[in-house]
Amino acid sequence: MTLDLSLLPDGGVTWLDASGENAGTVLSTRIRLARNLEGFAFPGRAREGERLRILARVREAVTAAPGLAASLLVRVDELPAEERLLLHERHLVSRELAGLDPSHPVRSGAAVFLGEGTGVMVNEEDHLRLQTLRSGFDLAGAYAAIQRVDEELGKRVPYAFHGEFGFLTSCPTNTGTGMRASVLMHLPGLVLTKEIAKTLTGLQQIGLTYRGLYGEGSEVVGNFFQISNQTTLGRSEDEIIEQLLYVLRTVVAREEEARRVLLRDAGYIIEDKLWRAYGTLRYARSLSFEETMNYLSGVRLAVGLKLVPGLSVYTLNKLLIFSQSAHLAQRAGRMLTESEANIARAAYVRQTLADETGTTG
Amino acid sequence: MLCDNCRERDAVIQVTQVTEPPVKQLNLCEKCAAERGIETQLSVPKQPLTDFILAVQQKAVPAAEADGVRCSFCQATLRDFKNTGRLGCAYCYGAFEASLRDLLRKVHGNSKHEGRQYVAPVGPVDEGATVIAELRDRLKRAIDQERFEEAARLRDQIKVIE
Repeated sequence: MTLDLSLLPDGGVTWLDASGENAGTVLSTRIRLARNLEGFAFPGRAREGERLRILARVREAVTAAPGLAASLLVRVDELPAEERLLLHERHLVSRELAGLDPSHPVRSGAAVFLGEGTGVMVNEEDHLRLQTLRSGFDLAGAYAAIQRVDEELGKRVPYAFHGEFGFLTSCPTNTGTGMRASVLMHLPGLVLTKEIAKTLTGLQQIGLTYRGLYGEGSEVVGNFFQISNQTTLGRSEDEIIEQLLYVLRTVVAREEEARRVLLRDAGYIIEDKLWRAYGTLRYARSLSFEETMNYLSGVRLAVGLKLVPGLSVYTLNKLLIFSQSAHLAQRAGRMLTESEANIARAAYVRQTLADETGTTG
Repeated sequence: MLCDNCRERDAVIQVTQVTEPPVKQLNLCEKCAAERGIETQLSVPKQPLTDFILAVQQKAVPAAEADGVRCSFCQATLRDFKNTGRLGCAYCYGAFEASLRDLLRKVHGNSKHEGRQYVAPVGPVDEGATVIAELRDRLKRAIDQERFEEAARLRDQIKVIE
């Protein structure tokens, strides 16, 4: 099977378009629901035949569901490793579904149904992981979208549900609502003013948690923090969303305040730092991914502070995704070594910035 | 400081309520906190699963005895769960109910689902037919892509089910 993401509207990256609320600070909002089918062992314990049966049942349900029928089925288990990585880099499947860890290779029956802004992963840690991704700060929109998908599927396949414990999941940390609502925030102001530790500790004290760009197990790079609810039992979906909405609005306001303080108290130092970041991205001939993320963080801040004209947040968002190694390999049409990837990355970033600002380099 | 709820016992935990503005702070005693499903012994752990598994191991129930309990549906034991951090199937929640209730309370501060209610649809599904359709589909793709070994394996699988 060959992966053709051009079949998806905007290659499945509409959520990068920076059209949502607070797009300068909040890249995207993601909500996922973990669901399992009655009568089958969870994917980690199920036999191959069972996982295939699960996929067949889900496929029937998706085909019959009006809002999902048009989604694209990708058989992740039949893809070569580099294409699985590509899907993961594009935030369309989790690391687990893509089988990227040598200790957890891809499972037979692993698949994803990709629709506009929504996806249904099959045979991940749970039978079903429904997810929706939206541009900017849009918890209400993301929840409304995922709730529709959940209802449509739940009418057609029987979910495992328990009167006391709620939706039953493979890992008890997801039991109950099975919901993880996360908001991907860019917080360079709080990092530079050294307010970030206090903010993160505060979030943890009220039951929220943070991760890096790629969710569970990923490190924080480029000042991108994915903030989400930690617990899933004892509170309704609406209560979880309300809390996140209220708390993260405060975080956005604090970040904006930190940026004002930086510009006021350390104007030329910040300006110099950000222009240097821009200069490096604009002219460097070799860039590692982490370096790129850090400089992009600076340029993103510079655009937010209106220091660098003619650059859109959308372009910067796209650079985050398309400068990753599987995407560079896809452009090159072959596998790249690390140093080749660094050279390809620098060339891609240079070209994108030149196209955007109408200059050459 | 006295508990804001019962005004009898000493408050042992401060709870910040942030679901809606204004932020409310409550000082609660152990009993009133427990009634609201709040765990006073353990703050919300940063790595819930590690702490979670640790908590299973520290349970008062004699470990060996509890570990041996087997889920009748998927045959997983509590020991399997300790090793992998994952349950085998939905029926494990019934098989290990008491231990799990305890642990869910530790991880989430509560064991009662307050979210969306759900009733599963009823109706017969011809599972054999859907599996065969799926396997045939795979067989066709395997032949198209000249993966003959896999094709042979799939053909055998279809025969067994038919």
